[in-house]
Amino acid sequence: MTSIAARVADFTGGLCTFEVDARTVRSLLRELEARFPGLGEHVEQEMSLAIDGEIFQDALGAEIGAESEIVLIPKIAGG
Amino acid sequence: MSDGNQGGINLKVVGSRPVRPDGVDKVTGRAQFGADFHLPGMLTGRIKRSPHAHARILKIDASAALALPGVKAVVTSSDFASDATGEIEAGEGHAAIQEIAANCLAKGRVLYQGHAVAAVAATQPEIADEALELIEVTYEVLPHVIDVEAAMAADAPVLHEDMFTKGVTPKPAHASNVAAKHVMGRGDVAAAFNAADLIVEGRYETAAVHQGYIEPHACVASWGADGQSTIWCSSQGQFVIRAMVAKILNMPLSDIKVIPAEIGGGFGGKTTVYLEPVALALSRKCGRPVKIVMSREEVFLASGPTSGAVIDVRLAVRKDGRITGAELTLKYQAGAFQGSPVNLGLMTAFACYDVEALALTGYDVVSNRPKVAAYRAPGAPMAAFAVESAIDDLATRLGMDPIDLRILNAVRDGAKTVYGATVKHAALVETLEAIKASPHYQAPVAKGCARGVAAGFWFNVGGESSAAVHVDEDGGVTVVSSNPDIGGSRASMAMMAAETLGLPIERVRCTVADTTSIGYSGVTGGSRVTFATGMAVVEAAQKVVADLKRRAAATWECDVAMVEWKDGAATCTDPSKDVKPLSIKALAGKSAKTGGPIAAEVSLNAQGAAAGYGVHVCDLQIDAETGRSMVTRYTAAQDVGRAIHPAYVEGQLQGGAAQGIGWALNEEYVYGKSGLLENAGFLDYRMPVASDLPMIDTILVEAKPNPRHPYGAKGVGEVPIVPPLAAVGNAVSRIVGRRMSSLPLSPAKVLAAMGK
Repeated sequence: MTSIAARVADFTGGLCTFEVDARTVRSLLRELEARFPGLGEHVEQEMSLAIDGEIFQDALGAEIGAESEIVLIPKIAGG
Repeated sequence: MSDGNQGGINLKVVGSRPVRPDGVDKVTGRAQFGADFHLPGMLTGRIKRSPHAHARILKIDASAALALPGVKAVVTSSDFASDATGEIEAGEGHAAIQEIAANCLAKGRVLYQGHAVAAVAATQPEIADEALELIEVTYEVLPHVIDVEAAMAADAPVLHEDMFTKGVTPKPAHASNVAAKHVMGRGDVAAAFNAADLIVEGRYETAAVHQGYIEPHACVASWGADGQSTIWCSSQGQFVIRAMVAKILNMPLSDIKVIPAEIGGGFGGKTTVYLEPVALALSRKCGRPVKIVMSREEVFLASGPTSGAVIDVRLAVRKDGRITGAELTLKYQAGAFQGSPVNLGLMTAFACYDVEALALTGYDVVSNRPKVAAYRAPGAPMAAFAVESAIDDLATRLGMDPIDLRILNAVRDGAKTVYGATVKHAALVETLEAIKASPHYQAPVAKGCARGVAAGFWFNVGGESSAAVHVDEDGGVTVVSSNPDIGGSRASMAMMAAETLGLPIERVRCTVADTTSIGYSGVTGGSRVTFATGMAVVEAAQKVVADLKRRAAATWECDVAMVEWKDGAATCTDPSKDVKPLSIKALAGKSAKTGGPIAAEVSLNAQGAAAGYGVHVCDLQIDAETGRSMVTRYTAAQDVGRAIHPAYVEGQLQGGAAQGIGWALNEEYVYGKSGLLENAGFLDYRMPVASDLPMIDTILVEAKPNPRHPYGAKGVGEVPIVPPLAAVGNAVSRIVGRRMSSLPLSPAKVLAAMGK
């Protein structure tokens, strides 16, 4: 897992890339919250995920493969 | 959720150009906009605003105002919920609810000229105006800072004592105006620059510009005796308005009904609240409906423009023109509260190009300006101005055609973006080739003119949407949409329903529902409605078709698998049945006998929006005496997936180009030394009018329909404002003979650059 959002580093103590064992976005958030308190909630509220290159927003049920690459990105809105 | 089930051929309604159903009402003045609602006993609300750029509020004394006959209520920030916390979706992303509230009514400090301090409701507008004068506010004036780099300086006046730069480890010891530092990138940038045959660099500036919607913010709020309240307002999303008002006033969502008015433009600027919680707080205090309408001056002073920016860019390039690395630093004004779109600027800056090594840094900076709001493709145009200008410089230095240079470096499917997404269904190369083959680009540049080219990108999004499809008893259909119609979505929703149901468009009408009449939806923004709400409409229509087939099968006493739906009628394919087709009209006429009303509602969270790319070419000339730039020919090409209503898509391209041309040539917030805005009106804030522009030609590139949408739609509304800043700037620079790097390219700047 990689983050391109600077705010995530505030939760992880500067760590930007790390391994997470999760099969869905829901379990991923749970794992993030356990490892870096506050990060799971922050990601759920304010961020999107690119899972193997496809962007997901607010999709807790989206599946994650064993070798999936996940990028945490700021939630994309628009005008 | 749809995935690749689009009817790519034999489309009868999608792709046609029916007349806009709400058009006549809008051009004849019959449409009901936010300011057009009147209720019995309604009061006029007015806002008391700060005359200072930055000051501490020592005291607010409203006793004289309240004593004035006809004054029914005065509110300040103390009338808002003091314990409202958390964040809420607000156009460009999430914003702290306390900051949204403090932007509606200042708490402790005013942070920009025009910042709302108090509000009054009175029986007559004249009384409300007089009451405003009677509200005494005692200020301690504080030093102010307007420009982004000045605000970043160590000795700058600090707006928020509790703001410590996020994204910096360890946490800074002192508060500053830099709300956040964002860093993203990939690859070995230093190696790319070390190995480069050519380095192109530049510093660019863009001014804060306003969305310039023609309709000022307006609302009517009525506090009901039973606690049920109603708000009529012009916004880009009735559900978001409800959510913000509920949080600010500490009310349950179900106690607020928001009825969307027609909207006279938003472009992102109507995705947040300014007036609604104030009007409802006034109404709560006096028990009568309250209307507040901003003046144009208030719109400029106190509603969000988009960020002005300072941008540094460097490109590492091989001698064949391949860009191998880039560095970019963005400094974006956020206005008085954090939350500029600098992140989106970083993510979009190089999204058109396949660059191996990138080092991108962005700063979100507060200063004594109105809080920025979303504006078409938030954050992208400024970054694209710098990158596309640098690429133009590169083309000049290499002696390459600017389109060929872009094709060489363009992203193609399978490329990885810096923000983690893999490029899919991208037609940037096809769009560049379409521009290159266009009559405009093939024509020689007219004498005395110059030509500029630029590309642009926007993600497009999906998200939460709801829609319903009701079959009327006579076989006509009503589509209920959850999104205010800004760009013609009533027509596009009706067209997608008609296509799915096999009906002529004349038999389908679309209406926009209030918050109690349809499921939740996000804002009309982010180029999401045709994609996401359209998906909900199509899925609801598909459910209706399934129901109609079931009823036909029951009528014929056959298996539903033996029923086909085509051209608005059910046909029985069971050879043992000698029956005639049943039209939707026939089935609807007997609905009571086959199960009751025929209707379906779908709520979904649409994923799979596909990004869009645009390429613009601009010819212009400069009046050597006045320095005025005049666009003589302009063409916008865009990767649109499949255009549902091509005329509206063309309109989006033309509108975005017009706004971008204004951004490039004329528009800016001008501040004096005292930190006060000097051009808060359309006479002094110069937006393009029809006579300033040529006909803007459009090319819709439909090479890569989005397979995740039933009819292949991509969002189209944001991309077209991204390329014009650089397309215009590149043409002006060519005439002037040097790089013009600071927007707007006003006549005075152009004359100065020409040595006049």
